[in-house]
Amino acid sequence: MDIVVPIKFVPDLVEELEIDEGTGQLDRTFLRLVPNELDDHALEEALLLKEKHGGTITVVAIDSGDVDETLFTAVAKGADKVIKITGEGYEEGLSSHACVELLAKALGDLSYDVILTGTQAVDDVDGSVGGLLAAKLDLPYVGYVTKAVSEGGKLVVTKEYPGGLLAEVETDLPAVVGIQAAEQAPRYVVTSLVMDAMNNATIDETEGGEATATGAAEITAMRAPEKGEAAEMIAGDAGAVAEKLVQIMKEKGILS
Amino acid sequence: MSDVWVNVETLRGEITEISYTMLAAGRVLADGLEGSLTAVLLGSGAKDLSGKLGAADKVAYVDHAALADFNPEAHLKALTALAKSGAPRVILFGQTAMGTDLAYGVAMANGFSMASSCRTFKVEGGEPLFEAVTCGGKLIADGKMPGPTSVATVMPGGYKPESAMVDKTPGVEEVSVDADLGTLRTKVRGYIEPDTSDVDISKIPVLVSVGRGIGQEDNIGIAKELAAALKGEISSSRPVVDQGWLPTSRLVGKSGKSVKPKLYLALGISGAPEHMEGVPDWETMIAVNTDENAPIFDVATYGATVDIMDLIPALTEKVKAATGG
Repeated sequence: MDIVVPIKFVPDLVEELEIDEGTGQLDRTFLRLVPNELDDHALEEALLLKEKHGGTITVVAIDSGDVDETLFTAVAKGADKVIKITGEGYEEGLSSHACVELLAKALGDLSYDVILTGTQAVDDVDGSVGGLLAAKLDLPYVGYVTKAVSEGGKLVVTKEYPGGLLAEVETDLPAVVGIQAAEQAPRYVVTSLVMDAMNNATIDETEGGEATATGAAEITAMRAPEKGEAAEMIAGDAGAVAEKLVQIMKEKGILS
Repeated sequence: MSDVWVNVETLRGEITEISYTMLAAGRVLADGLEGSLTAVLLGSGAKDLSGKLGAADKVAYVDHAALADFNPEAHLKALTALAKSGAPRVILFGQTAMGTDLAYGVAMANGFSMASSCRTFKVEGGEPLFEAVTCGGKLIADGKMPGPTSVATVMPGGYKPESAMVDKTPGVEEVSVDADLGTLRTKVRGYIEPDTSDVDISKIPVLVSVGRGIGQEDNIGIAKELAAALKGEISSSRPVVDQGWLPTSRLVGKSGKSVKPKLYLALGISGAPEHMEGVPDWETMIAVNTDENAPIFDVATYGATVDIMDLIPALTEKVKAATGG
């Protein structure tokens, strides 16, 4: 089974996110970009599929963030081919629509059975890559998937439905599948293997050109959420906080 | 066209709660646009559900055997064709495991504008506007919904679903769609029933809920100890379940359980929207997270920024001392 895994870079939510007051958009000057976590799950599911059924994995990423390191890490984990889509201005941030346009172009002549992608990304505001890409390529799409196996030329996936219900869904190939979680936590690779990949593997580069985002939501401004009745903060070290919490729990009748 | 459509989500013959949140949102948009609100209902022999969609001005019902269960491809094909011919001003889908399989495809295939994770809407100067939640709840994006047609996905929290639960049958129009639902590439083999052998966390009054901040699997044990001292149970946010540290039965949030505890102790949970939709109500919420900007502090009753790995043992000890345990 030949699998493609696109990786989107998103703001690192551990860092503070600043708004540029001039443009009303996310200030990207000091923004740290990281690979979308669910795309990492998609890669893990691809690796599990390859281990079970053979085939190849191609990882595609748009030039932003630590793209080279991410692609070499994918090689160290077991990807066979890595592609970087290069072009101007991608660091300024791309909508999901723009990503999809670049990915569709880069995938042009590539032959594959399935595209596995994170079912969503933390910075999506105009839909997610998987569903948009599937429609663009006229392929079936199943999102919120937590398991995928190959069976008689089809892919059989476990899809989440609301309220904790799951269903088994089979799809003809090629198809696009949105991964919510891989069957196991994404694997780690030791630095030495990533270094090996850096020394021995090659990143294929393809020119993406201008990324238009027709169809993406028009964002007029970004802002921090309004503070509602914010939490009453408890100061002090862990011992002092614990003391206060016990007192609160007693008052609320939780401890008796 | 100034009409607003809501894609009614149903699961096993029941209308889901998000459908009512969407009908409430759709009402705001339809009134502002001076258009009508249509509930779009797909199913097989499900026309009677229209009697629960009284918040809409009318129901457009599509009946087909392929639409009995939620087959993403069948529903997408039907809705893409319906949206193309009907071309309303706005179409709302749920930001759910079902709605997101449809919305993006309907928008892309028809060249409609797409906005996701929207919480509230308004109309200003005849123009529909949205407010969306992004970056794990740390940012709000305000935006426009350009014509002729815009698609939006709606998350819980902006409107009370109860306000749209009106038991009245609006005018129902049975419509046929110009789509081949007989030939599908995707098939639903069947449901996998949720594991009911574990405790039902939706019924537990005291929940010690752990998130990414718990760091590693070995630390789950001390959180369980705290839960036991509080005579409660352990629950978690998504990353902990995805790491395989706790079973799915303990998941609070989207795709997991919805809980309404007396005490919700959120440890190392940032408060991303996907998690918070699983905690619609509580009596007391205590949030502990080293990130002072974590969105959970905007909703919790009490908060602290100490390291949970220091707090958990200290709290367990003091709770035991207080209860003689």
